[in-house]
Amino acid sequence: MTTLQWLIGLDPLPEWLSWLWWLLVVGVLSAAVVFGLLIIIAFLLLMDRKVWAAVQMRRGPNVVGPFGLLQSFADLLKFALKEPLIPAGADKGVFLLAPLATATFALAAWAVIPVDQNSWGKWVISDLNVGILYLLAISSLGVYGIIMGGWASNSKYPFMGSLRSAAQMVSYEVSIGLVIITVLLLVGSLNLTDIVNAQKTGIGTGAGLPASALDWHWLVLFPMFVVFFISALAETNRPPFDLPEAESELVAGFMVEYASTPYLLFMLGEYVAITTMCAMTTILFLGGWLPPLDIAPFNWVPGIFWFIGKATFVFFMFAMVKAMVPRYRYDQLMRLGWKVFLPLSLVMVVVVAAVLQFGGASP
Amino acid sequence: MALTAVFFYIFAVLAVVSGAMVIIAKNPVHAVLFLILAFFNAAGLFVLLGAEFLAMLLVIVYVGAVAVLFLFVVMMLDVDFAELKAGFIKNAPVGLLVGGTVLAELVALFMARGFGAGIAKAPAAVMPTAASGISNTEALGRILYTKYAFFFQGAGLILLVAMVGAIVLTLRQREGVKRQSVPVQNARDPATAIEIVKVPTGSAVVPSAEAQR
Repeated sequence: MTTLQWLIGLDPLPEWLSWLWWLLVVGVLSAAVVFGLLIIIAFLLLMDRKVWAAVQMRRGPNVVGPFGLLQSFADLLKFALKEPLIPAGADKGVFLLAPLATATFALAAWAVIPVDQNSWGKWVISDLNVGILYLLAISSLGVYGIIMGGWASNSKYPFMGSLRSAAQMVSYEVSIGLVIITVLLLVGSLNLTDIVNAQKTGIGTGAGLPASALDWHWLVLFPMFVVFFISALAETNRPPFDLPEAESELVAGFMVEYASTPYLLFMLGEYVAITTMCAMTTILFLGGWLPPLDIAPFNWVPGIFWFIGKATFVFFMFAMVKAMVPRYRYDQLMRLGWKVFLPLSLVMVVVVAAVLQFGGASP
Repeated sequence: MALTAVFFYIFAVLAVVSGAMVIIAKNPVHAVLFLILAFFNAAGLFVLLGAEFLAMLLVIVYVGAVAVLFLFVVMMLDVDFAELKAGFIKNAPVGLLVGGTVLAELVALFMARGFGAGIAKAPAAVMPTAASGISNTEALGRILYTKYAFFFQGAGLILLVAMVGAIVLTLRQREGVKRQSVPVQNARDPATAIEIVKVPTGSAVVPSAEAQR
């Protein structure tokens, strides 16, 4: 509030003015985050296709702009200028609500993701005490867009796709929740900024080295890092777990009946959810905005660049998995979720808790 | 604070309206969607109370899991609207009787005790304040895992029994189902899976007994 007081020179601010100021600040911050996110996603989409193409020894999109850099913007125009079709038998309201819900819930997750912390403060819209729970809650809502879209289309393949998706996302949420618990046990706080700051010290500093990448949770909780990464693939319906839209079985799954802008919103929501998962991986396991080695040239770089770099690296892994791994069969997917990841992460929760309790390292 | 009041009225009105729509909506899927909206607004009210942990749990457990299963089941129903309407007229007297009884009880209760009396008499909940340095989550955890540990575990056991019961009721063992055994499949290699036979020109190959399995 001090900035405003300084700007207009009023010392006891009238209350309505302080709310207005608050509303303005939150609005501008949210607009900035959404705008930045959309620009980044336009290029992530291109990167996804380029990586995919490179693995298959193709060139990928290379016509629009230099190296195809403007391909995503051309696609945007193409989607936005086409005619939106609504099937005659569809439930119109729910049909249109589904892509909106997907995109909105996906974007809402970014309200609590901190991207940097420096002398200006925390770079986050809302520094919630229960930030990680909020992320878990919002990411579990992504399934609604898919279920609603599949049902409202009033068609067989979309419906089957949405049924698959519901079962898949509920299954993998369980292991994601347990993985998050192991991290929270180490940190002792649900606040995302605290989770990153807790990674300033760890194995590396314990051995007398300067703060480095060895301190981050990926090393201490390596099995959980792997489980989280694979569960994130399943949670965002990415290949090899893209069964809700498996084109060889379900045409395009829950998106069959969608065209134009509603389809664009579905795709946008999906990619925003992927970036959210990349950011979550970065925060939980890869030390957020912390430099990989806390010495001269590395810690001059502002933290936000490290954050974006790490999240992009995780996205690169997502893209490589998509390019290299064949799609799972549905029963294999369920087996992996319930028979492998759930027991493994449950055992790890007990092990981590026991080590902290009896190893005398409790936070 | 007036801003809190504004949000309270938004959440409260939306919660009541969507609660009413759950009953009014003709299509059961729409009813479930309104139920989800009601859950959301309840979570918003929890946030306004300063109980952000409960709000998040409400969204994760009820919206993220329970309502998904609800929607899942309701979507599978093949609803015949004509039949539904006929049933509405047939069952209306019973419904009116039950609803009227509950309403009468509520009215009687409020008449007897007076509006707001219950709120005034209720002991003030011990809310952790920001000054005490204990977050909501920590306060809940401290009481749940110490004072109420047995109740907590008892609730967990009941849920476990319910889960095992549901599995026992629906599990059926079928004969002759070919299941994939992942370890067995992973253990296969060319030596055990492929048989290479030299075929002399002009003669047939009789598969060995092992290959015919």
